[in-house]
Amino acid sequence: MYKILKAEKLADNIFLMEIDAPRVAKACQPGQFIIAKIDENGERIPLTISDYDRESGMVQIVVQIIGASTQRMSELKTGDYLEDFVGPLGCPSDLVTDDIEDVKKKKILFVAGGLGTAPVYPQVKWLHEHGIDADVIVGAKTKNLVILEKEMEAVAGNLYITTDDGSYGRGGMVTDTIKYLVNELGKEYDHCVAIGPMIMMKFVSLLTKELGIHTIVSVNPIMVDGTGMCGACRVQVGDEVKFACVDGPEFDGHLVDFDQAMKRQQMYKTEEGRAMLRLTEGATHKNGGCGCGGDK
Amino acid sequence: MDVMKRVPVREQEPQVRAKNFEEVCLGYNAEEAMAEASRCLNCKNAQCMKGCPVAIDIPAFIGQVKEGNFAEAYRIISQSSALPAVCGRVCPQESQCEGKCIRGIKGEPVSIGKLERFVADWARENGITPEPAKEKKNRKVAVIGSGPSGLTCAGDLAKMGYDVTIFEALHKAGGVLVYGIPEFRLPKETVVQTEVENVKKLGVKIETNVVVGKAVTIDDLQEEGFEAVFIGSGAGLPRFMGIPGENANGVFSANEDLTRNNLMKAFDENYDTPISAGKKVAVVGGGNVAMDAARTALRLGAEVHIIYRRSEEELPARVEEVHHAKEEGIIFDLLTNPTEILVDDNGWVKGIRCVRMELGEPDESGRRRPVEIKGSEFEIELDTVIMSLGTSPNPLISSTTDGLEINKHKCIVADEETGQTSKIGVFAGGDAVTGAATVILAMGAGKAAAKGIDEYLSGKKN
Ligand SMILES: Cc1cc2nc3c(=O)[nH]c(=O)nc-3n(C[C@H](O)[C@H](O)[C@H](O)COP(=O)(O)OP(=O)(O)OC[C@H]3O[C@@H](n4cnc5c(N)ncnc54)[C@H](O)[C@@H]3O)c2cc1C
Ligand SMILES: Cc1cc2nc3c(=O)[nH]c(=O)nc-3n(C[C@H](O)[C@H](O)[C@H](O)COP(=O)(O)OP(=O)(O)OC[C@H]3O[C@@H](n4cnc5c(N)ncnc54)[C@H](O)[C@@H]3O)c2cc1C
Ligand code: FES
Repeated sequence: MYKILKAEKLADNIFLMEIDAPRVAKACQPGQFIIAKIDENGERIPLTISDYDRESGMVQIVVQIIGASTQRMSELKTGDYLEDFVGPLGCPSDLVTDDIEDVKKKKILFVAGGLGTAPVYPQVKWLHEHGIDADVIVGAKTKNLVILEKEMEAVAGNLYITTDDGSYGRGGMVTDTIKYLVNELGKEYDHCVAIGPMIMMKFVSLLTKELGIHTIVSVNPIMVDGTGMCGACRVQVGDEVKFACVDGPEFDGHLVDFDQAMKRQQMYKTEEGRAMLRLTEGATHKNGGCGCGGDK
Repeated sequence: MDVMKRVPVREQEPQVRAKNFEEVCLGYNAEEAMAEASRCLNCKNAQCMKGCPVAIDIPAFIGQVKEGNFAEAYRIISQSSALPAVCGRVCPQESQCEGKCIRGIKGEPVSIGKLERFVADWARENGITPEPAKEKKNRKVAVIGSGPSGLTCAGDLAKMGYDVTIFEALHKAGGVLVYGIPEFRLPKETVVQTEVENVKKLGVKIETNVVVGKAVTIDDLQEEGFEAVFIGSGAGLPRFMGIPGENANGVFSANEDLTRNNLMKAFDENYDTPISAGKKVAVVGGGNVAMDAARTALRLGAEVHIIYRRSEEELPARVEEVHHAKEEGIIFDLLTNPTEILVDDNGWVKGIRCVRMELGEPDESGRRRPVEIKGSEFEIELDTVIMSLGTSPNPLISSTTDGLEINKHKCIVADEETGQTSKIGVFAGGDAVTGAATVILAMGAGKAAAKGIDEYLSGKKN
């Protein structure tokens, strides 16, 4: 059992949790993730580590309510427990494992989309602690979906906030801001890390390819075990099939087949819809219970 | 009673069991077991024992069953086997003990597996559990993985008085016994859970959710004070064919499907686990894993085809499983090999293209090599493909442990007698060493390594 040390709502449908998990806190690095399971009947939910404290044994996650499991998780409070919490999983970010002197020479741009701000944060923080200031673009749909702004402000070189509807910061998509920084402010970057929804990572990668900026993305395919045992998480990267949980989750954005990855994320859509209905209406829809066949 | 024939074992009717996840084989009762035991010839030079990888004293335990001394029979089996309730259910007896039974020359061999199962189930139902060690040694040993090899090694070491902790990556202990082999062949609560509990009763601690190589390394464990480490991490990495369309939605590894169903209980609507059941499913492969995946898909309501490139004779699965699968209505497309998975515009599987095969000259494995028949391509329409092409050891541990030798198949190199690896104080056994094999071999390796570890630690001063 893993104690929830803190549960806090950050925005509509986004919450933060700090979990007591000393083994994970001791070993984890920016870029890695954990898998949480609420109780005996729950799913295994992969979530990126957004912060950690080795001393106190705390691991932080930020979660967006997407479906039944994340909804159920959001209902847990400070002092409650998660039954399972395993990690760290996946490989640390290259920026953390590469030779620090080489990293210091790079001009680095982070692009965080929505919830992607959370996984970007520990990387920017790590670089900051090692004397490297990176530029960070944080994009969100609208003002009240911007998360971790203060925290990011404290560790980023320059922080650029954008909202799709222009309600806060610059207006438009994160790609517009990349273009602005490069084309209008004449900034030069040689390394970009983009984390957010698959569709955002796809368009950022397309743009940075044009601009000639090496780009790393963190993919979030469907996972089960997170240890390389099932292959649910496979992603086409160039001409290779990779298991995101052990080979990733970070890959070269210019090589990832995003279209396939997006289709694969939809795999359990009807099943999950059913789970959500079960949560809200009770077990009336098993096997499309009503017989309309609309579930197939 | 015809002594040439076995006492038949009761099973759920095929039509009934094809729709549920309860155990197929119901096992013998005491009377049936005693009758079957009386068929044993009690051979002086017992061939069956030679067929048993851990050399259980088979005639002796069967002799006790014949007399109704079930507790004594259990004691005899326990001297050589730590998991009789499991092995009685899943061992390939036809190629081991029963394959060598003299009764089998003229008639049917004695049902040794069913008798072993009966004795183990009887012991469980009558609350017989192993005795914890009287004297504790106060020396720590770490066991990685809680499959048959890890559980056995941990149990044996605990009986010798060692302070043992098992580290398991998943959220539940049991290895393949919980995530792979389905409920209808190996009941989880009654059989597997009891084995795990018995190991705990011996004083073994189990830490789940610890991925060695990620959360801790073997060197960390040695620093934490574990004087010896046993690696029983199995061979869990699935293989794919590398044919076009394999990343389409609706293509799964058998491991994924089985894990969703067994470990995560997707078939039970009280669990949140989603599963894509499929209406028409092809399972590619012919081993136990393929049979399990096929029969699971069938129980979830699909029409299921096994696609296997050799002929029935070469099917590596246990005969009982093949027989059960056929009875339940699984269709066998033998001498057939997939060449491409056909995908629709939304990225979902819509069919599979296959080619017919014929058997040519024998290959290195001694089996006749399947060769393509030119121009025999054909397509099957379906919505789900489950790949069951075998598994290999996970490199998570070997890649993070300096000085641990592995071979070209990524298997850890270890001494067969003692489990000793190339790294001092580190032992290994089971599928992690042999590649995907059997429960009994993994259990045997766990036993051997427990002895090896004891010898190593006895020689080494505290
Ligand atoms: C490496 C990794 C890191 C992640 N980090 C975070 C994070 O920091 N914060 C966060 O909120 N979410 C993160 N996710 C996504 C998160 O795991 C899913 O949103 C969550 O599993 C959805 O579960 P659900 O039952 O509520 O939603 P549903 O949509 O009802 O469930 C969908 C099913 O598909 C899977 N699934 C659906 N969408 C996704 C998705 N986008 N990614 C992965 N699996 C999905 C789920 O496992 C589940 O089986 C991460 C995913 C991965 C793989
Ligand atoms: C579907 C299926 C059906 C089978 N049917 C039969 C059968 O009928 N008869 C038969 O004899 N055999 C059968 N087998 C094979 C048999 O189950 C295996 O040979 C046996 O379980 C191997 O035991 P093991 O202890 O070596 O490893 P496993 O049972 O694989 O256990 C290894 C354990 O180690 C854990 N682990 C792995 N890496 C790490 C890590 N880094 N850190 C911590 N823990 C880790 C895993 O999560 C797992 O729990 C079947 C296998 C499968 C998959
Ligand atoms: S999640 Fe199972 S292999 Fe990656």
